[in-house]
Amino acid sequence: MATFFGEVVVAPSRAGLDEEEEAREETPEDREIRREIEKKRYWRRGRIDVLWTWQASGRGEEPLVCSRFIVAIGRNAAAFLSSFILDSVCWEVVGVVKLWNEWCRTSSTTNVLPTDSFCLFYRLISDPTVLLCQCSCYVAEDQQFQWLEKVFGSMQKKGLQVTILSTCPVADYKTQESTLTLVSPFLKALKTKEFQEQVCCPLLEQPNIVRDLPAA
Amino acid sequence: MFIPCDRGGDSAAPDFKGFTLLMPAVSVGNVGQLAIDLVISTLDMTKVGYFYTDCLVPMVGNNPYATAEENSMELSINAEVYSLPSKKLVVLQIRSPFIKNKYRPFCETLLSWVKSSKCARVVLLSSSHAYQRDDEQLLGTPLRYLLTPDLEKAVGGRMKELNWKEMEKVAAYPGISDTDKVLHIPGGGITKLLFTESCSEGIQMAVLLKFCSEGDNIPDAFVLVNYLNEWLQLIKSEVSTSNNSTDLSSPWKIPSSWRLLFGNGLPPALF
Repeated sequence: MATFFGEVVVAPSRAGLDEEEEAREETPEDREIRREIEKKRYWRRGRIDVLWTWQASGRGEEPLVCSRFIVAIGRNAAAFLSSFILDSVCWEVVGVVKLWNEWCRTSSTTNVLPTDSFCLFYRLISDPTVLLCQCSCYVAEDQQFQWLEKVFGSMQKKGLQVTILSTCPVADYKTQESTLTLVSPFLKALKTKEFQEQVCCPLLEQPNIVRDLPAA
Repeated sequence: MFIPCDRGGDSAAPDFKGFTLLMPAVSVGNVGQLAIDLVISTLDMTKVGYFYTDCLVPMVGNNPYATAEENSMELSINAEVYSLPSKKLVVLQIRSPFIKNKYRPFCETLLSWVKSSKCARVVLLSSSHAYQRDDEQLLGTPLRYLLTPDLEKAVGGRMKELNWKEMEKVAAYPGISDTDKVLHIPGGGITKLLFTESCSEGIQMAVLLKFCSEGDNIPDAFVLVNYLNEWLQLIKSEVSTSNNSTDLSSPWKIPSSWRLLFGNGLPPALF
């Protein structure tokens, strides 16, 4: 692509990354180093571990019976739960997700600060089948599938209802009018056809979409 | 990989034996995907299932082909399958980019699904960077086709009748004249990989591609879908003979999700 100044630059394409099979100009040593870096990065980044409190006490790998699962993804949604829902009287920490990527790393500690990146699971003490997840860390696109499989794989679903809370920048919302005139709080929902209850806000209209972990 | 939709009483998985699978490559300008949107929207195709895959970036939204309030609330995800049995057509739409290092696993799984579902042939809609054309390619039609050897026997003659141009191979080492010619589709995403794998696995595949650049690719999508229609005759194209012009867009229905492709309305406070 030529710019206004006459230079030719390679523009990013909506096709995504170019084919990996394109021949690269590199020596065998460079190729080996690149492969090692990619392998290490893949190994560190590829691993996601879900640790439950009962595993530490030696109770083994029993699946958690879950009827309601509320997931808050992103710092805003996690903060919403911390401010309005969670407290140490009614909720107990039952698990944590440990992952690493270039943007953040979570640890296995459950004693976290609001500014940390974390992914914690809480259970309602009065009804242990109600589970809540606060995920303030960024889960990279090549980790999202694994996150899902590991988290949902640990559960025994019993008429499971899942609620996902998430936020998106207003600038991403596509509408005919200006985004300055939108009401606040501006809420939209997506639901599966199996969800028969009343939704508390309007549904997300085309052409808007949701991506990343909430979409997964 | 393929999960059929639960259509109430009909619990049997859909049968695609002998069908033509039409699908896009995620490529420059997303032209293939836009063309597929036009096909699904115009033929009012029914969703019959989706691909459960970790190879594509996740996304979800409401029905992109909604025409009214009643049908606008069905969820839609990144890889869905639509079918039109009357034309023996099954269409795969891909709505998000591939995750790094997942091209090959996706292609392998896709081709094994093609074989297990006994599709007769695959038609891949794609595009390639216009700026990579050589001097000869700059002239004439920007549309090209490719056929695997198995499909060449069946439809190669038809392509000649239509006066279509086959995608040229380029020198493996440009500048050196006495060198092997290879297939090169820059900006084509998984096109080359799928095509070469299909050749070696004996799958009947055709690739239809257009040279284009990033930008407003809606006209490119119309050109590509009309090119496809010349061969497959999915819809009747109306040619106005009286004033010698063809309105390329008229028979195709633009889906509602194409609204606001280039951003929101302007804030009044700007003026």
